[in-house]
Amino acid sequence: MSFEMETAPHPEQLRRVAIEPVSRVEGHGKVTLLLDDHNRVQQARLHISEFRGFERFIQGRPYWEVPVLVQRLCGICPVSHHLCAAKAMDQVVGVHRLTPTAERLRRLMHYGQILQSHALHFFHLSSPDLLFGFDSEVARRNIVGVAAAHPDIARQGVLLRKFGQEVIRVTAGKRVHGTSAVPGGVNKALAVAERDGLLKDIYDIIKWSREAVALTRRLFEQDPDTYARFGRFDAGALALVRADGAMDLYHGGLRARDVAGEPIFDHVAPDTYDDYIHEQVKPWSYMKFPYIRSLGPDDGWYRVGPLARMALCDFIPTPFAERERKAFLAFDDGRAAGSTLGYHWARLIEMLHAAEVIKDLLQDEQTLGTELMAEGARQGRGVGIIEAPRGTLIHHYEVNEEDLVVRANLIVSTTHNNNAMNQSIREVARQYFDGRELSEGLLNHIEVAIRAFDPCLSCATHALGRMPLEVTLVDAGGHTVDRALRDPGEAC
Amino acid sequence: MSTSPTFTLDGREIPFEAGQTVLQAALTADVYIPHLCYHPEFKPHGSCKVCTIKADGRHVSACTWPARHGMVVENATEELDDLRRTLVQMLFAEGNHFCPSCEYSGHCLLQAVGYDLQVETAGFRHFFPVRPVDASHPEVWLDLNRCILCELCVRASDEVDGKHVFGLSGRGAGKHLIVNALSGRLADTDMAATDKAAEVCPVGVILKKKAGFRVPIGERPFDREPVSAQAARYAPRPPARHREED
Ligand code: SF4
Ligand code: FES
Ligand code: NI
Repeated sequence: MSFEMETAPHPEQLRRVAIEPVSRVEGHGKVTLLLDDHNRVQQARLHISEFRGFERFIQGRPYWEVPVLVQRLCGICPVSHHLCAAKAMDQVVGVHRLTPTAERLRRLMHYGQILQSHALHFFHLSSPDLLFGFDSEVARRNIVGVAAAHPDIARQGVLLRKFGQEVIRVTAGKRVHGTSAVPGGVNKALAVAERDGLLKDIYDIIKWSREAVALTRRLFEQDPDTYARFGRFDAGALALVRADGAMDLYHGGLRARDVAGEPIFDHVAPDTYDDYIHEQVKPWSYMKFPYIRSLGPDDGWYRVGPLARMALCDFIPTPFAERERKAFLAFDDGRAAGSTLGYHWARLIEMLHAAEVIKDLLQDEQTLGTELMAEGARQGRGVGIIEAPRGTLIHHYEVNEEDLVVRANLIVSTTHNNNAMNQSIREVARQYFDGRELSEGLLNHIEVAIRAFDPCLSCATHALGRMPLEVTLVDAGGHTVDRALRDPGEAC
Repeated sequence: MSTSPTFTLDGREIPFEAGQTVLQAALTADVYIPHLCYHPEFKPHGSCKVCTIKADGRHVSACTWPARHGMVVENATEELDDLRRTLVQMLFAEGNHFCPSCEYSGHCLLQAVGYDLQVETAGFRHFFPVRPVDASHPEVWLDLNRCILCELCVRASDEVDGKHVFGLSGRGAGKHLIVNALSGRLADTDMAATDKAAEVCPVGVILKKKAGFRVPIGERPFDREPVSAQAARYAPRPPARHREED
């Protein structure tokens, strides 16, 4: 059922509309709509047209280099890869428990990354759509437009992001391409002055995060129907949760629920992930399609990321964010919590949670400790799983006796969401395209749907670099009818 | 009362002892001249040419040129720095130097000299040579992607360790580092992690395993000060068998 619009019965008779690549999405992707003679969408696909296997760069390299090396996978979320690879390599050096200080410093870095990534996504990439509407003038629908119409919101967005970057800088050693997470611990202690520099701003950060959540809630309240309906579909979900069921974005066991909310598995140890999750390859996309093994590829797909985490955790272990989570789940009889645009609201609740966690970590004296490294017995295999800003991230390495990586398998957040994104495009196409001519605003509805997932296509394709924006219209015979170049805008 | 002989370097008077080269005398006086294949504990080798100066109007290598009383030396001139930049660009182009993921970043003399000379462009099309990693030894590994053929490891192994573990083979563009084992593997040589040869490589070729990235950014040798401000660190000294890792 879920794949009915993936492959049209007679694609050779359809007109092809390609949006390439999706603007204001990190990386390079292409949406193709196959239209029939009446401009009805018969087929919708988000495909990835470029791929350079990053695993090749890792193979043959020493394991201690990998946490730094993998940051080159993606200019957008290097910290998530850095930490995830370090977690995998902790296993390789036989360290199953970090020192209390190392664990806190890694968490601090991670929640700093969550904060800056969610702030960037909301204020720079999504707020223009949400504040001005999906059909509004393209020229205005960007961060410059937001800054003109809502200067306070734009300013807070910039400061929230800066704060997150500063947390990353003091913990990782650098704003980008830090090196502090090493197999078995961290290489850098937090100085008192660095801690105090962050503490003095943290209450503003929490306050602005609360205001951002409230702003999003108001948008849902103003137009609950659109928000609940837009690109909506039901899906299973996957995320890490803490042993007591709490949200934990740094470490935990895997929990999955099916489309009806019934448990599929719970507290699965990260190093057994491949007993539960498999990946399917489809000829039309370089991005793989992961699925839960017990349900099979047709029914076993799921969502990851803020929406999934909100639904799967039993509670958020910080007070303001937990209160917001309850309001989110209860809103409109739970309809927001299952909607594509619900990602935005959930993302900001996580941003608030990250701010609260950062405050707790900064106030914890153990964060200032100097015991940074633990040791253990060398092993041949390491699996790290982390809840990155965009969802579950899996790094799996096999390391030989010479200390070189012989096999690497990475499943990035955006790849987990592959089918869900395709699904939401189909829903949007169904709702907004049928029988109508193509306009910039209509095409943007599709982009809005994809953007809700905050996909990182540069990560998902493991590609390096980005492509210019191109919109092409191709007829059934494969001829290009129309082509337009678009400015990628502030994609980064 | 005896006065020591001197020469002038960019107008500054530099004293020297008999037998010292221009580079040795300058570094002893805490005056920097760019260099790569020179090491304070070894006899000069004169292969990289990054230390090229003008002594009494002639282009010569500072690391091998004997200091002479009354000599006039030009060092920090645009002309010489341009030449040095080109040499550094060529070294970057000939190997595979990926600084962002290299564990020797912040320790590497090639990187430090490149930063100091403000080498900002590639300059040449990079060769991307295919050079294997040798991780066969349990404690030391070789990333030959970064070798600049300075022969410091060869000299250290021969002169200090007395083991002859390293050597250069081939000519011209085909010149490369080899190890003294029929198998070609470091594991089958006499190499030990405590060897002098394990600590002299100016770039990140010969490295102790499992130690990468242990020094945080900000505390690595070239984080605080550029190499040009650390001349005294390179003043000649007698070969030491064990030295604290820097
Ligand atoms: S391995 Fe290092 S020390 Fe030896 S020749 Fe190459 S660059 Fe010089
Ligand atoms: S340092 Fe003089 S030639 Fe290399
Ligand atoms: Ni990414």
